[in-house]
Amino acid sequence: MTLAPAMAAPNAVGAQARPTVLEVEGLNLAFRNADRLLPIITDVSFSIRAGEAVALVGESGCGKSITAAAVMGLAPDNAVISGNITLNGQVISGLSPKERRKLCGRHMGFIFQEPMTALHPTLTIGRQMTDTLKHNLGLSQSDATNRAVELLDRVGIPRARDILRGYVHELSGGMRQRVMIALAISCGPSLIIADEPTTALDVTIQAQVLDLLDDMRRELNLAMLFITHDLEVVGDFCDKAVVMYAGDVVERGSSADVVDHPQHPYARGLIDAVPAHDDNRTRLTPILGTVPPVGAWPEGCRFAPRCTRATEICQTRPALEQKGATTIRCWHPLERSS
Amino acid sequence: MLRYLGKRFLLILPTIFVPLILVFLLLRLSPGDPAGMMLGDQATPEQIAALRTQMGLDQPLLMQFLLWLKNIVTLNLGNSLFFREPVMQIIPRYAGVTILLTLVALTLAVAIGVTMGLISAMNRNKPIDRGVVATAVLGISPEFWFALLLIFIFSVTLRWFPVAGYNPPSAGVVAFAATIFLPALALGVRQSALMTRMMRSSMLDVLNEPYITTARAQGLPERTVIGRYAMRTAAMPVVTVVGLSAGYMLGGAVAIELIFALPGLGRLLVEAVGRRDYPLVEGGVLTIALVLAFLNLLIDVIYALVDPRIRYQ
Repeated sequence: MTLAPAMAAPNAVGAQARPTVLEVEGLNLAFRNADRLLPIITDVSFSIRAGEAVALVGESGCGKSITAAAVMGLAPDNAVISGNITLNGQVISGLSPKERRKLCGRHMGFIFQEPMTALHPTLTIGRQMTDTLKHNLGLSQSDATNRAVELLDRVGIPRARDILRGYVHELSGGMRQRVMIALAISCGPSLIIADEPTTALDVTIQAQVLDLLDDMRRELNLAMLFITHDLEVVGDFCDKAVVMYAGDVVERGSSADVVDHPQHPYARGLIDAVPAHDDNRTRLTPILGTVPPVGAWPEGCRFAPRCTRATEICQTRPALEQKGATTIRCWHPLERSS
Repeated sequence: MLRYLGKRFLLILPTIFVPLILVFLLLRLSPGDPAGMMLGDQATPEQIAALRTQMGLDQPLLMQFLLWLKNIVTLNLGNSLFFREPVMQIIPRYAGVTILLTLVALTLAVAIGVTMGLISAMNRNKPIDRGVVATAVLGISPEFWFALLLIFIFSVTLRWFPVAGYNPPSAGVVAFAATIFLPALALGVRQSALMTRMMRSSMLDVLNEPYITTARAQGLPERTVIGRYAMRTAAMPVVTVVGLSAGYMLGGAVAIELIFALPGLGRLLVEAVGRRDYPLVEGGVLTIALVLAFLNLLIDVIYALVDPRIRYQ
């Protein structure tokens, strides 16, 4: 199966020589509510190179999805955004919404958590794919259809031509997510943002979909932003991890360092709250309390109220600093454990 | 798809028969003797009794009902007691006006409702949205009030339209439009307000759906996202409302036809009820029920066409 040149992967490029695809620097986002500004994410920075998968980790409500929306240019109308977003060397954060939309599909693809609701219920799969291909790549109807068949073949969907005539409710969950992936990569983007792409799937299907995403990343040299709360996925599929808490980046580093030797108490807590295969613990250790709601963040370290290591100094906001192997925002980092 | 249509078709039978049975009972249980009214004050009791026998009115109610049922099923609706000609010949002369009035009113209501609802949803909470929503509250006013208001503004004051009367389509499109526009508008405005509110809330719901975000994330322009991806699903509740509105309109047509002096079924029915003209009333109700059932069947077909999920249920 041949895919168009735009999607061909440049081979044998060393990791260091890989170009940076996405760079997010000091991203802030707040919602304007009447005359008040409600901060949602503050000072978020990370970068992704071609062929690299970066995980964005954290509990619900910590700002992962809104970060992704800000990158795509799909944040709600009342969002006030500052900071720089650079895509393939071009600063895109200052572009108009219309120009931002033009980057979607062609340069960035998006994969949603729940493919059942993320695909249109009353338009055929084929129509959704060819609409995108025709608009973004200027293909004719027949070229777009052929391309759609190729793409469905590529993501492992049998009887592609029949599927194109069908609707999303006729497919199984795994098939739906494969269609979603085919749609996201259809116009040859260099960046894929996957928002919890396996959360809604059966466990047996999850591994297949993750493998497919991993194949796509290698083959098409995609930069991938992986939003997840599944730390096993982070360890197995991602090169780097960015841990977020209450709109802040609290720890950032290689996924091996972050998962195996977290220094931030919150990252440690996340890992202790998850059962592992070789786990002999009889009880898991939950993080007590919940993420403070937006607008009720503490003055200093936002994790301090739930942190067992918090002291007086945690009333002052810590900076994001390189400490040891990872970059963290903490006054009392954990020692590198075994 | 065929099975779906078959099921829908069976379901319209009660829609047709329930109103007919109600009318049968109401007419016979209401005071007033049709034979006496037809023959006038001068008639002798013998003459009235003879006519009652001729019309079968001296039979027990159950017998009358069975006879009536047989006639309905065989489409033998009998002669009008007043016009003294077959009901099946009278109805078509009047039904056309009512059906045209309803269709034009529906078209106007959908056009106004969808446009206003869309404008409103696209400008949520901005002044224009509030204006539309406030105007749509006017939809609670009854049809006859609108009719009088429209006549006062456009016929009496501006003299753009005739005050009353009717030109059939055969008299020319302009002549027809001149006499049907105001009645149809009066009949449609109330339903258009309902459709505006429906379209607005439905569109706002759909715009929050993940598949709309997907369409945007795929780089499709906003025009396509709204016009094709959002409208496709947002229009569905409006389609349902069209079916309901058609029912209201066929009822509302009675008042409108009286006000605008249109020779339609509604006016015919009101007069027939006053004259205790049983066969004509039953024929008229049967026609309205048939039209309503057919419209609803049509809505169901449209529904199945726009939403593939329906066909599989």
